[in-house]
Amino acid sequence: MIEVQGVTFVYPGANLPALAGVSLTIKPGEFVAITGPNGSGKSTLARLLNGLLRPRAGRVLVDGLDSRDEQSLVEIRRRVGMVFQDPDNQLVAATVADDVAFGLENLGLPPAVIRERVAAALAAVGLSGLETRPPHRLSGGQKQRLALAGVLAMAPRYLVLDEATAMLDPVAREEVFRQVLDLRQAKGLAVILITHYMEEAVLADRMLVLQAGRLVLSGPPAEVMLQEDKLATAGLKLPDIMALGKILRQAGLKIPANCITVEELARALWKLVSRK
Amino acid sequence: MVLELGQYIPGKSGIHHLDPRAKLLGLFLYGVALLAAPTGASAFLVGSAAVPAIILAGLPLSFIWRQLRPLVIFLAIIFIFQVALTPGEVMATIGPLQLTRQGLNYGLLALARVFFLVLAASLLMATTDPLALADGLERLLRPGQRVGLPAEELALMLTLALRFVPTLLEEAERIMRAQVARGASFRGLQVKNLMPLVIPLFISAFRRAEGLAEAMEARAYRGGEGRTRMRQLSFQAADFLFLLLAGALAAGTAYYRLRFGG
Ligand SMILES: Nc1ncnc2c1ncn2[C@@H]1O[C@H](COP(=O)(O)OP(=O)(O)OP(=O)(O)O)[C@@H](O)[C@H]1O
Ligand SMILES: [Mg+2]
Repeated sequence: MIEVQGVTFVYPGANLPALAGVSLTIKPGEFVAITGPNGSGKSTLARLLNGLLRPRAGRVLVDGLDSRDEQSLVEIRRRVGMVFQDPDNQLVAATVADDVAFGLENLGLPPAVIRERVAAALAAVGLSGLETRPPHRLSGGQKQRLALAGVLAMAPRYLVLDEATAMLDPVAREEVFRQVLDLRQAKGLAVILITHYMEEAVLADRMLVLQAGRLVLSGPPAEVMLQEDKLATAGLKLPDIMALGKILRQAGLKIPANCITVEELARALWKLVSRK
Repeated sequence: MVLELGQYIPGKSGIHHLDPRAKLLGLFLYGVALLAAPTGASAFLVGSAAVPAIILAGLPLSFIWRQLRPLVIFLAIIFIFQVALTPGEVMATIGPLQLTRQGLNYGLLALARVFFLVLAASLLMATTDPLALADGLERLLRPGQRVGLPAEELALMLTLALRFVPTLLEEAERIMRAQVARGASFRGLQVKNLMPLVIPLFISAFRRAEGLAEAMEARAYRGGEGRTRMRQLSFQAADFLFLLLAGALAAGTAYYRLRFGG
């Protein structure tokens, strides 16, 4: 469990806190989406979860380990894996296999174990066979899957994706997103997905909305999406499917409010049509 | 192309399979032998010890030529200066220049040293995976850690450079296209013309470095201490033999110099 307790963070030299009095918990295996406008503090929150930043006030506990405790930092970073937005800035080695090995080398594991885990992680993201390829000769989607493998190899319990698909084309974005969900299924990982894509966010178990460093909304996506005023003040738009559902509802059709995917809306419409 | 210099050509030859530490030390000993050689003729003899290694490595002649081609003018200038400017026993006179026996000797000596050293260095780079080379360098420097030499960090810097040179080159190309689209011209090598390329490239390199540092920290990097390595190096019989030969070459040449003067 990750517990964020009353956390406030102020960047050095900044007047306003980037994050103010934020509290939340993330349970093992949970899928949490975090959204909010630019500058609302999403990345700051992500960096607090794995101890890249330490809270000014309040505390962050990862499975009971406090991120202010220097001794716990390595273990916290092993448990909370993080994939960043720019694929080119997070691959550190000159070949695919060496890159996956990087985190394991930092953990001080024996070479034989490292080789084993590298092979397993590359297989898990479908990059087996590319071990000796230099990262700059991978596609954008492959690069992000490689970053994912580097994190997976460390056997994390929580996976934080800070707009990890934002720089990819739609096909690669879908591919990486699916990969993450599959891995969650297979390994029971908790996924903390930071995203601007409402279509992705609504698939989560729980959705958090940040605005100006504060947590303004939290709950199952279908419920959060009903708080239209709050969403609007946070500068967020309904996903197309929900917007369409709403218009249809206003036009008098009996569409339930919790239709958030194409399939659900199609099913609701089909029901209406077949009833006639 | 600058990149051809020091290019790695994967292969399965005996030379490719040598431990990178053996090759680095071998290059060092070869350099010692070249410097110890007292005369032009002996330097050529010492230098030719690299020829069997090149043949064993199975490198094409065209590759060797491409490595050395940029050096030709440089070598010619060294040679001409040494020959023309060394006083001594005159062998021939060409216009205002006197060709001396000593000059010829020094010219050949300088020529052989530079030529063969570059040849051997490109042989090393051509037959050794750059990552293995960085690893080998790190292990060789590791004893220096006790006196504060950051061997781990140097090796990491080297591999990061290997990782990011292609990325930055790609970026340079992208910036260049973008600036040309805005009307910049990169014709001529004046500094003023290069500014629209260099400044954005620097800014982006710094931004990348920042992101990279963060990503490394997120993956539990905390300096060289306590780090293990996936790649293991091990000295085989062939490595010892190789070093023995290189050592014999250096020792033999040094003995020759002491015994017969230079
Ligand atoms: N390194 C930094 N130094 C100073 N201020 C920063 C730094 N990084 C972020 N900030 C500020 O902190 C606030 C929150 O930034 P943060 O990056 O967490 O937002 P975000 O929600 O991730 O935004 P985006 O959607 O653009 O990624 C912003 O006002 C930002 O300007
Ligand atoms: Mg951000």
